[in-house]
Amino acid sequence: MKKTFRLEGLGCANCAAKMETAIKKLDGVWEASVNFITTKLVIEGEEEKMAGIMTESEKIIKKIEPDVVMKKA
Amino acid sequence: MKSHLRRIILGGIIYGVAVVNPIDNFWLEVALFLISFIVVGSDVVWRAVTNILKGKVFDENFLMSLATIGAFFVGDFSEGVAVMLFYQVGELFQSYAVAKSRKSIAELMDIRPDYANVKKGDEIVRMDPDEVMVGDLIVIKAGEKIPLDGRVVEGVTMIDTSALTGESVPREIEAGNDVLSGCININGFITVEVTKEYGESTVNKILDLVENASSKKSKSEQFITKFARYYTPVVVIIAAVLAFVPPLLIEGATFDDWIYRALSFLVVSCPCALVISVPLSFFGGIGGASRKGILVKGGNYMEALAKAEIVVFDKTGTLTKGVFKVQEIHSVSLPKEEFLELTAYAESYSNHPISLSLQSAYGKDIDQKRILSVDEIAGHGVSAVIDNRLVLAGNYKLMDKMDISYSKSELTGTVVHVAIDRQYAGYIVIADEIKEDAVAAVESLKEAGILKTVMLTGDSKSIGEKVGNALGIDKVYTELLPADKVQIMEDLLKEKSNRGMLAYAGDGINDAPVLARADIGIAMGGLGSDAAIEAADIVIMTDEPSKIATAIRISKKTLNIALQNIVFAIGIKIIVLILSAIGLASMWAAVFADVGVTVLAIINSFRALHVSNI
Repeated sequence: MKKTFRLEGLGCANCAAKMETAIKKLDGVWEASVNFITTKLVIEGEEEKMAGIMTESEKIIKKIEPDVVMKKA
Repeated sequence: MKSHLRRIILGGIIYGVAVVNPIDNFWLEVALFLISFIVVGSDVVWRAVTNILKGKVFDENFLMSLATIGAFFVGDFSEGVAVMLFYQVGELFQSYAVAKSRKSIAELMDIRPDYANVKKGDEIVRMDPDEVMVGDLIVIKAGEKIPLDGRVVEGVTMIDTSALTGESVPREIEAGNDVLSGCININGFITVEVTKEYGESTVNKILDLVENASSKKSKSEQFITKFARYYTPVVVIIAAVLAFVPPLLIEGATFDDWIYRALSFLVVSCPCALVISVPLSFFGGIGGASRKGILVKGGNYMEALAKAEIVVFDKTGTLTKGVFKVQEIHSVSLPKEEFLELTAYAESYSNHPISLSLQSAYGKDIDQKRILSVDEIAGHGVSAVIDNRLVLAGNYKLMDKMDISYSKSELTGTVVHVAIDRQYAGYIVIADEIKEDAVAAVESLKEAGILKTVMLTGDSKSIGEKVGNALGIDKVYTELLPADKVQIMEDLLKEKSNRGMLAYAGDGINDAPVLARADIGIAMGGLGSDAAIEAADIVIMTDEPSKIATAIRISKKTLNIALQNIVFAIGIKIIVLILSAIGLASMWAAVFADVGVTVLAIINSFRALHVSNI
């Protein structure tokens, strides 16, 4: 399944790239992309693991750029 | 952002006072520098500290804090503050540039309808387009966006489709016509029955496609991401080596000097310029192309298109209109109008495309009373009695069968021979019509650097070659079955150079396997056709094949801008790194190589958005 989120306050392009790399490595994620320009995060992954993927992604994002808020798009 | 600016100005003033140093007291000077540093850079240092506590070490804040505080320790107070000041100014510029580019892209995508006026009984209710259901009636006033796809039930108007097609000529719309969401109603008042819910409507599909296009990354973007992953650690390690090794090994080398050089390295170690500007260039290019009615599904396709060497066209529907039309009327003795009239009457009972094209060429209503009888002769044509004259109209077999001699000239297209009262009266040629811009399309492809153009068709050799010659196509393959097309694609794919790409343009409906096999599949006339949007990598919303060359030019420009940014950013960084290693560049140059280059690269990538004169 595919989920899209908005990353409010995303201000650093290199951080966006780091988030993308880290989220891609999560268990159950097939494909992930962070678009710095539209500030959108798109995750494609296994449906059953989505809840876990979302909390893990949020942790990764907070760690890389603490001011960013992850919201459902 | 405003408080940020105030802090920079205040810090700058204190810094200025410290530099001038009117009282000439060393400790006062140090104190002033320290105060200005705190005013300007405390947030950076604070973020560095909190990030370290969270286990994240080598971020930009940390590197800048280390570099500037380090400068204080080696006694370069003035430079420490100045570098922080400059860095903050650069960051401010950068966030401004990013906000500006986000805004201009948002404007580009400003085709999303905000509301729909739904008719509920006598009332009109303003609703979110998302909540409107199929079958609801919506009204659209002059100047409003059409929020959902539907069919006009009442009203006449002109609509502006330019947001979807890039086509500036308004289209006339009346009851019974379909309208697409995202178009703008220019002058009339129309009532529309919704045929697709918002999620399935054209405007949402297009937005979705363009916004998600960046998830398919180009090779340049992938390269940058990889480069960024290694660049920072490598530069930081070299900086560490630079700080401590030379002073220990080289006689006369001081720690102060080499640490200063190492600190400059740290300032240059952020790959931001690249990481922002390259994806921004591609995104701008994709956004700009969508303005021209060209949807590109990813940066990778944009990159591939810029490297296209061979363009393969399907004939029918791509280069030709796919609609049969009377091309030539050759009458032996009767006036042309009368000859066409009799033929149209004779064929008026059939629904075959050929007879339909005869009706439309004749253009007047058929008066049934004039037709006494019609007999259809399967596989041959018709025999009809009109105005008491026996009209035979059909292919050459009919003429042979009826023993009528006819001219056997080589004609392309479908030929309808006509005999009146058993005398050969002439023929009418009916053929698919070449699109208005097809010749220009092939020409401009050559100008855009395409080495070879190919046309594939299932039609006969004579028709295919005639069209190919008229258009100046390099190679024409005719009488193909669908499987043959895939085979020819395989052969053509071997023909191109290693780095070259092959693009295939078709209508996206009957040629899915071929579209998939090509490096780049281009579907024509995607407006309103979901199948084409699904199947292709690039969708051209209008029917114009000339847009293929436009797309190639946009992709070349975009790729160029991305490459400029890569070369410029990496080049400046490497030069500054070398100069600071040998002690020729100050920390000033290093800050420029960091934020200055980022801002310039962002400004350069703005250019990709502007496609109006392509």
